[in-house]
Amino acid sequence: MLILECPYCGVKAEETELSPGGEAHLKRFGPDSSDADFEAYMFARKNPKGVHFERWRHAYGCGKWFLAARCTATLEVFGTYPAQSTEPPVEVIDKIKAKRPDWKGFK
Amino acid sequence: MSTRLTSNGWMINRNVAVEFTFNGKRLRGYEGDTLASALLANDQMLVGRSFKYHRPRGIVASGPEEPNALVNLGSGARLEPNQRTTTTELFDGLEAQSQNHWPSLEYDVGVLNNYASRFLPAGFYYKTFIHPRAAWKHVFEPIIRKSAGLGQAPKDRDADHYEQAYGYCDVLVAGGGVAGLQAALVAGRAGARVWLVEEATVWGGRARVDGDIIDGMAAQAWVDQTVTALMAMPNVTMRLRCQAAGVHDHGYVLLSERVADHTPGDGRPRQRLWRLRATRIITATGAIERPLSFPGNDIPGVMLAGAVRDFVGKWAVSPGDRTVIVTNNDDAYRTAIALHGAGLEVVAVVDARVSVNGDLPERVRALGIRVETGKGIAKVKGTKRVEGVEICVQAGEGKASSFVACDCVAMSGGWSPVVHLWSHCGGKLAWDEAGAFFRPDPDRPPLSHDGRAMVIAAGAANGALRAAATDADAAARIALDMLAMKPAKATAPMHDLPEEGAMAPVWVMPQGADIALRSKMWLDFQNDVKVSDVQLAAREGYESVEHTKRYTTLGMATDQGKLSNINGLAVLAESLNMAIPQVGTTTFRPPYTPVTLGALAGEARGEIFQPLRRTPMHAWHEKNGAYFEPVGYWRRPYCFPRAGETHDQAVHREVRNTRNAVGLLDASTLGKIIVKGPDAGRFLDMLYTGVMSTLPIGKCRYGLMCNEQGFLSDDGVVARIDEDTWLCHTTSGGADRIHGWMEDWLQCEWWDWQVFTANVTEQYAQVAVVGPNARKLLERLGGMDLSKETLPFMQWADGTLGGFAVRVYRISFSGELSYEIAVDAGQGAAFWQALIAAGVEFGAMPYGTEALHIMRAEKGFIMIGDETDGTVIPQDLGLDWAISKKKADFLGKRGQQRSFLANADRWKLVGFETLDGSVIQDGAYIVGQGVNANNQRNVQGRVTSTYFSPTLNRGIAMGLLRHGPQRMGEVVEFSKIEGGTVQARVVNPVFFDKDGEKQNV
Amino acid sequence: MSDPISALNGASFDGFATIREIGPIGMITLRAKAGTKGLDKAIMAATGCAVPALLRMETKDDRAAGWMSPDEVLLILPYAEVSQALDAIAQALKGQHHLAVNVSDARAVFRVEGAQADQVMRKISPVDFDTLALGELRRSRAAQVAAAFWRDEAGFTVVCFRSVAGYMMALLSQSAKAGSEL
Repeated sequence: MLILECPYCGVKAEETELSPGGEAHLKRFGPDSSDADFEAYMFARKNPKGVHFERWRHAYGCGKWFLAARCTATLEVFGTYPAQSTEPPVEVIDKIKAKRPDWKGFK
Repeated sequence: MSTRLTSNGWMINRNVAVEFTFNGKRLRGYEGDTLASALLANDQMLVGRSFKYHRPRGIVASGPEEPNALVNLGSGARLEPNQRTTTTELFDGLEAQSQNHWPSLEYDVGVLNNYASRFLPAGFYYKTFIHPRAAWKHVFEPIIRKSAGLGQAPKDRDADHYEQAYGYCDVLVAGGGVAGLQAALVAGRAGARVWLVEEATVWGGRARVDGDIIDGMAAQAWVDQTVTALMAMPNVTMRLRCQAAGVHDHGYVLLSERVADHTPGDGRPRQRLWRLRATRIITATGAIERPLSFPGNDIPGVMLAGAVRDFVGKWAVSPGDRTVIVTNNDDAYRTAIALHGAGLEVVAVVDARVSVNGDLPERVRALGIRVETGKGIAKVKGTKRVEGVEICVQAGEGKASSFVACDCVAMSGGWSPVVHLWSHCGGKLAWDEAGAFFRPDPDRPPLSHDGRAMVIAAGAANGALRAAATDADAAARIALDMLAMKPAKATAPMHDLPEEGAMAPVWVMPQGADIALRSKMWLDFQNDVKVSDVQLAAREGYESVEHTKRYTTLGMATDQGKLSNINGLAVLAESLNMAIPQVGTTTFRPPYTPVTLGALAGEARGEIFQPLRRTPMHAWHEKNGAYFEPVGYWRRPYCFPRAGETHDQAVHREVRNTRNAVGLLDASTLGKIIVKGPDAGRFLDMLYTGVMSTLPIGKCRYGLMCNEQGFLSDDGVVARIDEDTWLCHTTSGGADRIHGWMEDWLQCEWWDWQVFTANVTEQYAQVAVVGPNARKLLERLGGMDLSKETLPFMQWADGTLGGFAVRVYRISFSGELSYEIAVDAGQGAAFWQALIAAGVEFGAMPYGTEALHIMRAEKGFIMIGDETDGTVIPQDLGLDWAISKKKADFLGKRGQQRSFLANADRWKLVGFETLDGSVIQDGAYIVGQGVNANNQRNVQGRVTSTYFSPTLNRGIAMGLLRHGPQRMGEVVEFSKIEGGTVQARVVNPVFFDKDGEKQNV
Repeated sequence: MSDPISALNGASFDGFATIREIGPIGMITLRAKAGTKGLDKAIMAATGCAVPALLRMETKDDRAAGWMSPDEVLLILPYAEVSQALDAIAQALKGQHHLAVNVSDARAVFRVEGAQADQVMRKISPVDFDTLALGELRRSRAAQVAAAFWRDEAGFTVVCFRSVAGYMMALLSQSAKAGSEL
């Protein structure tokens, strides 16, 4: 059972205090979008064995959504950061690169 | 025979006798006995039957690894099956029943399986029960079910209570032997927050019984000194009877604490499940001795050598007067010395090794005990207990060279580290050639959140079988280093060890045994898996160890192969001509030994099985006979039956009374969310399919919310409170979900919008006052103007009624003149009672959710969860009027543009009236012409809501029908569960007061 | 208007710790971004307390202000003074984006007291009570429901939603049962 540190309140919250929200950094496609873009936004999800970015809500705590970078294979957590981020912060990226030299990058 | 000795027995208190029963027989033991030691003290060698062949089974081990001696413990509300006698503390009045036999332990009919054993090989079930197909269901399965399982399942409600608790520490040390004690000491002295847990009732593990000497001290003196030091440390928590059962992600460890197993009924929780978070875990869980695979190694009286000296030393019980020891290592000689010291006869030590000259064997020889080297056991004589052994040359085929009478055989095939806690979260193992065991590979540990080792192995669990405390000292230093803590200055404890000769791996005894002998060599005592079964599996192509496990059931019994795994792997490896590490191990899964379901459920049973949500009026409803139904975690009155009324009759009365006079509904569960801010209007326009930003202050508007796929997710009335404040009503079950949905979009997508939300659902009690007399009733309470002119339909107003501060919404879900009135929750019960009292003269009655449902269906109003199921868009329900065409965007708009949702052939909402006036069955389909590819009748729609309408005195329904609105007047057929169909006419879904005159008065 | 009643009307239980439902207590949820002009004045006007720091509970007599999230403060005050306080808040935050709402009746409040009160809490919440400081406000889970709590010299104050007050009372009582000390 994971522990993730909420970047808002600093609480090291165990999984039962959190609710999961799936893949992070999705871009919303609205009414004018193509079928392909909308399908990708709605349904196409990464399922990597390794580095992954996820949405979590500190549901029983401060109620804030945050994002987490972790390894789905070893459960190593590289960092958590506010939901108001369009891409992972540089320090998180750097940490991942240092720990996973063969990681292909965020994009 | 087994009996109680006069010497030894440091675990027992001979001054306190304890009475217990085994299969109804009254027996006596001492305080401090385990059930196993007490049974042996009473010469009860036969304690159970094996699973498949029903062979007689005796106690083989002395700890949690015991596969055989399992009993039904207790009776009635305290019955628990499959309890290991070796870990069950004896208490006065304990009742135990042996398992898996009929009619009795001594004379078991099932033992016939034993004589038919050559017809019950590995994979027997797979091979036999395939044909004929029908026989499985009617013949095989009932027979197997009857014979399956070991113990009895309890039938009564558990009389005990259980609980859980959370713990946190820097270092968890699992295991309180010398390794665990030393690790805890080092970590504790460094100031770390330490938990030290031990599943047994005393500290020290095997050290005393093995005669260890540490730092020149007898083991027990060292243990006492260390325990005293630890107890003085406020940062160290120590718990006995507490097993680290499983290691999970990020240092989450489940500890199973047996609080009152040995004192049943004393009011304490029987067991407690600790949910511990440890930054680092030191597993000091020791090692388990392996049996040797020789013919007849399962006969009662054949025991592990270490267990024999445990029983002699700890509990002063001799498993037999004359013992033969069979071994492949020096450690078993400790048993010879212990038995000799207790005045018992060691007939011979049969050692498979040719050259035996370590310190311990020399000491044994010096005691005058016969040591037979290069020898093995060809056969154990006896059925329900050992009568003697035939000795043979280990290298040969099993021709007996001599027969030795004995009543106990103490075997040792070497020791295997207990690597479970290391392995639960993926720690990898390395094969240790010298010890012939798997031990934790420090280079491939299980990882924690920081990518570093979560578990560190110490002592025997790390493969350091003898210098355990020294090894644990080092392990604790590794843990401290990872915690960035400094160990106090102290030297590692040193063991004074005898020189031990190398052990020799022996997987089959004798080496050249033929199939007849191999069919008598047990690997898994509980599940009856023999050397020959594993070899058969290998021959039949089961090369993966996981496949072999499932095919033979090796290691699948309640002991999970604690004794059998390594021996089984080795036999498999030999059969496949592979090295043991190449074959690998099966997966070690938590828990280490079974954890009671009661402990896993913890406090969540009875009244607090789950949280019940109660409205402020709940107590009144209970007092007035409400019949409740669950709505989420809420309990809402379904109806208020009066004496002599059925629920249907009550519901129909409530509907008629509301339509004709006035009804009161507790609507407090309705979700209420305040949305405020400069961007609140814009935000709500994105959330709802309609336009909320233009709603004038003081007015209400019905709205729909969809998910991004376009499917309808919730509905409710929105009220504009002031310039930048709206109040959104949600469905009863939907308040938390919708509030979360709003926060998700505000935090994660439109975080620059200035909007705040607050879920105020529980701040208010809400009452719907519904019916032609509603206004009169409220006017009787008095305090504000509720006239049509001042408060028209779809408006709200603040004021007072009967002295209560209220907010009144003029909205209707029934088609009647209706007011929904919110008061502070703390006033809810009083306000409700004021309405009931004032309502008497107007014929007011409370009504429940079923009357609400019927009235809304009579009006053709949809209900989320009835008309919707996550695949329905508002357009399907004829709600196009509530969807803005002008808005460029709202959640779900893009989804609804998808071709299959925009398709004209979709099933759409209409009403139905059966031709015969009957009520269409719930869930009925509207059948179409012909059949589909699976030869099932085609369908063209389904019912979504169906009721008997007391207002119209006939069945009414709503449902989804292909091209529905274009088919008014057509007659369609609905399926019936019992077969056949019922005919119904397609009609407008508004059955009652089509022009809405009643609500507008 | 009749006297407001708390969810359980002052229920209590004596085990190895004492459980009491208290209230009604005035509570206001105040949402505003940190640093909003007038926020300190609003909190001061309602409670006499300073703006609470991260995870802190500021207390003054029977009033308090607690950090609930980066943009939410819980204000605690006498029940009868809520509407007056809401007016003061509106005045202090006039023109500033904020939301202040009375939640006094939406909550149930409990006291867990006694030398071993922490043991009751350790059974129900996944929180490290060894490190929970005096005056630290923690929002978490109490078995199956959301709860907020803080510690003072005499014990703990536990806040949950009103509808689950009965569950919370039974949960706390069960956890405080004599003989079940940790």
